Amino acid sequence: MCTYLTEKIRISGSGKGVAGWFTLTDATVYFDHPQHTVADHTLNIDFLRPAAGPSARVAVELTASSARELAQAILTALDAVPPGVIGPE
Amino acid sequence: MDEAMTAETVRITGHGGVEIEAYRARPLTGGPHGGVVVIHHMPGFDSATKEIARRFAAYGFDAVCPNLHYREAPGASPDDASAAVRAAGGVPDERLVGDVAGAAEHLRSLPGANGKVGVIGYCSGGRQAFLAACSLPLDAAVDCYGAFVIGTPPPGMPLKVGPIIGLAPKLSCPLLGLFGADDQYPTPAEAAELGDELTKLGKEHEFHTYEGAGHGFFAVDRPSYRPEAATEGWRLIMDFFGRHLAA
Repeated sequence: MCTYLTEKIRISGSGKGVAGWFTLTDATVYFDHPQHTVADHTLNIDFLRPAAGPSARVAVELTASSARELAQAILTALDAVPPGVIGPE
Repeated sequence: MDEAMTAETVRITGHGGVEIEAYRARPLTGGPHGGVVVIHHMPGFDSATKEIARRFAAYGFDAVCPNLHYREAPGASPDDASAAVRAAGGVPDERLVGDVAGAAEHLRSLPGANGKVGVIGYCSGGRQAFLAACSLPLDAAVDCYGAFVIGTPPPGMPLKVGPIIGLAPKLSCPLLGLFGADDQYPTPAEAAELGDELTKLGKEHEFHTYEGAGHGFFAVDRPSYRPEAATEGWRLIMDFFGRHLAA
């Protein structure tokens, strides 16, 4: 089914889309029908800069298990950073 | 059935008098023709949905699919537009009804139109087809596994997709419902409850639930595709529209 549930957060960083690198301001995360992956549902992440229009988007679709592993890998990578390397944000 | 048709992107007047993009497929032979409004699913105004519009033209119907995501993302690719609409909270029900009304009006205005208009939607579009049929004077409606027509949504579900069973007394036309026995949204019990409510209200309807099929069984590009259910489902859809959209 279409799940409708959508997590939305503000983010800071950059993404590389079809037109090259651009500044990111938002991300949406949702488990719903994919556009490309052959699956009924995937964990979809849209990295966005809405002020630059709908095409300012880097999109990712992952299986649920891959998404969990990615989330853990993100946390593991951050936890492994030596003290003082992550400056004020 | 020579399946000769013309298919192209056009502009129609939608909700609020706003011009939006739509995909229109028309038979080149025969007539007069009934019309079908095809409601695209949440992933967007995409090639798969346009193929559905062409299927109706092959079977002798004029078909129009309004781009429900056009306002948020004119000219964007279907997936970018879908993402933008999702981030903005989805398509409001009132706007959906207005866009379907505009598509129906466009169909009725076509040369060779017989004035009859039906609506069909799949998944989120199934709920929207039911909504449109309860809000507009139409001649036939098809709800393919629409979730949240009836039943309580899970916690956290946006208010914009609340149940609409309360609109059932205003259903303006016969309803064909196609569901999968393995579907959880809606469950067979919820589909049966919807059917019981329509029976109680004296609303003409015809429901079919397919064993071995779950949600999305018409989708040829997903693991949920079930060729037997989809083939039989298409036969029922064309027969249903053939009966109710004839002159």
